[in-house]
Amino acid sequence: MANGDSEVGAVPLPAPGPSAGTEDHMPGDGAPAGGFVQLLTPDGEHVDSVTTDDGVTYSVDFTDDEYRELYKDLVTVRRLDAEATALQRQGELGIWASLLGQEAAQVGSGRALRPQDMAFPTYREHGVLYTRGIDPIMPFGLFRGVDQGGWDPNEFRFNTYTIVIGAQTLHATGYAMGISMDGKTGNASGEAVIAYFGDGATSQGDVNEAFVWSGVFHAPIVFFCQNNQYAISEPLERQTRIPLYRRAAGYGFPGVRIDGNDVLASFAVTRAALDQARNGQGPTLIEAYTYRMGAHTSSDDPTRYRIASEVESWKAKDPIARMKRFLVKQQLAGDDFFAEVDADAQKIALDLRERVLALPDPEPVTMFDNVYPNGSPELDLQRSQFERYQASFEGSTH
Amino acid sequence: MSETITLGKALNHGLRRALEHDSKVIIMGEDVGKLGGVFRITDGLQKDFGEDRVIDTPLAESGIVGTAIGLAIRGYRPVCEIQFDGFVFPAFNQIVAQVSKMHYRSLGNVRLPIVIRIPYGGGIGAVEHHSESPEAYFSHTPGLKVVTCATPADAYHMIQQSIDSDDPIVFFEPKRRYWEKGTVDLDGSPGIPLHSARVIRPGRDATIIAYGPMVRTALDAASAAEEDGRNLEVIDLRSLSPLDVGPVYESVRKTGRCVVVHEAPGNVGLGSEIAARVTEECFYSLEAPVLRVTGFDVPYPAARVEEEYLPDLDRVLDAVDRTFGW
Repeated sequence: MANGDSEVGAVPLPAPGPSAGTEDHMPGDGAPAGGFVQLLTPDGEHVDSVTTDDGVTYSVDFTDDEYRELYKDLVTVRRLDAEATALQRQGELGIWASLLGQEAAQVGSGRALRPQDMAFPTYREHGVLYTRGIDPIMPFGLFRGVDQGGWDPNEFRFNTYTIVIGAQTLHATGYAMGISMDGKTGNASGEAVIAYFGDGATSQGDVNEAFVWSGVFHAPIVFFCQNNQYAISEPLERQTRIPLYRRAAGYGFPGVRIDGNDVLASFAVTRAALDQARNGQGPTLIEAYTYRMGAHTSSDDPTRYRIASEVESWKAKDPIARMKRFLVKQQLAGDDFFAEVDADAQKIALDLRERVLALPDPEPVTMFDNVYPNGSPELDLQRSQFERYQASFEGSTH
Repeated sequence: MSETITLGKALNHGLRRALEHDSKVIIMGEDVGKLGGVFRITDGLQKDFGEDRVIDTPLAESGIVGTAIGLAIRGYRPVCEIQFDGFVFPAFNQIVAQVSKMHYRSLGNVRLPIVIRIPYGGGIGAVEHHSESPEAYFSHTPGLKVVTCATPADAYHMIQQSIDSDDPIVFFEPKRRYWEKGTVDLDGSPGIPLHSARVIRPGRDATIIAYGPMVRTALDAASAAEEDGRNLEVIDLRSLSPLDVGPVYESVRKTGRCVVVHEAPGNVGLGSEIAARVTEECFYSLEAPVLRVTGFDVPYPAARVEEEYLPDLDRVLDAVDRTFGW
């Protein structure tokens, strides 16, 4: 299942009709009013398929190994996140935006991408980045303050982190329009785009414009909203009067809510939506209903705006614990496997730590690099003046 | 093949050439397709190049620029039209926080060869938001380049040079000069690089620096001054960021007097920057302080008083007189 190129996974199936059994329809265990697509309950029960009110059926078809790989992804991503949080507290990162609690939403959707697909992240999609097979150190230049997060989006099929809320949804939409213009949709080998954003972003004009444009141009894009219930301190109620996934109807494309703590639902629904997009069937909005277990960033103090019991209730819905329960119940993994996964994750985390600490500070003069592809004579002059100024201190001990 | 055409038509020819030259060039904006733009700058282009290359967009400026970024990452060369100067602000975030920074942020991996065309300036008797000169905001933003044309020949060549450049460029078009005619050699070369200023009227007594719609005003002032026996040199800046200061310094060192003219409000405007630079670099050549003739520091006023707001020949000559009276 490396890098999400598996042929297994979900395709929308014909609706089973009104007599569908109680086990395979919405709303799902622990769902908000209106339900959500859930294939794996907090107790680790794996439902074979779920049919939405719109008559779309979702399921997964993983091998035992693939289930174990998903678990390993979840654990590794959480362990790396914990290491980053520790690095920040130790003063080695300027800031960290933790994904704690959102592992399933990110790993499931990330693994649903096919190699040719393109992702446009916010600044919290470390889990998606990991599932793309990208070295997890990549965003640490940004958080350590040695660069602004520079990599080649086209090389990794993963755009640079975007910090201004919602701005990337328009970039993703334009990119998706380009796919259509290149004639790269209409069949199974077509390309698709996934745009990540949060519940707060849905209030942004840019996100609403991205919905309008994608609908109008029938762009091959999946909007993946991780509704983690908070925009820093502001609860969902400050962003919307209706469930977010229902907004899609107003823009003329389907909206689906999933249990964002269920990696199987995240995979199944995202894979189906991406395949629809690549086949030329236009955009989908997915609302992954989840919870930000940690602070907004390391600079935030969530005890000022939410109560402990709320956090506790979400702990019971933990995305990793339920996957572990499933593996144990189905006898797909035992203690040896879990210990090995933990040990491997620990190794990757310590290796990351070592390499983060070794990230070199940039030479000050490099601040003049890459302002313009074609350069600027005025900037060249400023650079040489700065270099002369810097050189004037050489040998002094000021 | 030389033709006498309007500045607007010259832009149209230039855009057509760019579309012919590179299949990755696309035009996007409000009413740019069937209508040909509210000023008809894109007239006939959708008919000849199709709806995929000349795209009538939803009415959302942030969307125009934001999707252009994604298209550019995909390998396209989008030319965005903002319908009027005062409508660019919904796109301001995408321009100054995204377009300008993506090359820098990505350590040079992403190039955004985007041109953002903005008809600007007053003098057409329009309602609010249709007569503004917002060039300083963009010139102030590192990562953007900003140019403006004043003649049909420059319009024809500069739009093509801008589209051909890998830098993101904000391209200001002097809308009240759209209908002014000039000779354009459609097969000729631009002659000078995009980001260069040009002495368009040589003189020896004082230097008038202008750009865009004020170039015509400066030339008219120079002609009038000639009758008073004053020989003014006029420089068309053409590039507002980066500034091509070489020809400016050379001229001021020769004349010792400098007047900068623009429509935008004077406070923290391009004129202030030029005055500072000239003072730093030409201090011992100056016979008088650098003077600015600009719009006032008021919101663009109602059409019935815009003639009093806009710098004109008399205000330019008054400033020239003051540099001689120092």
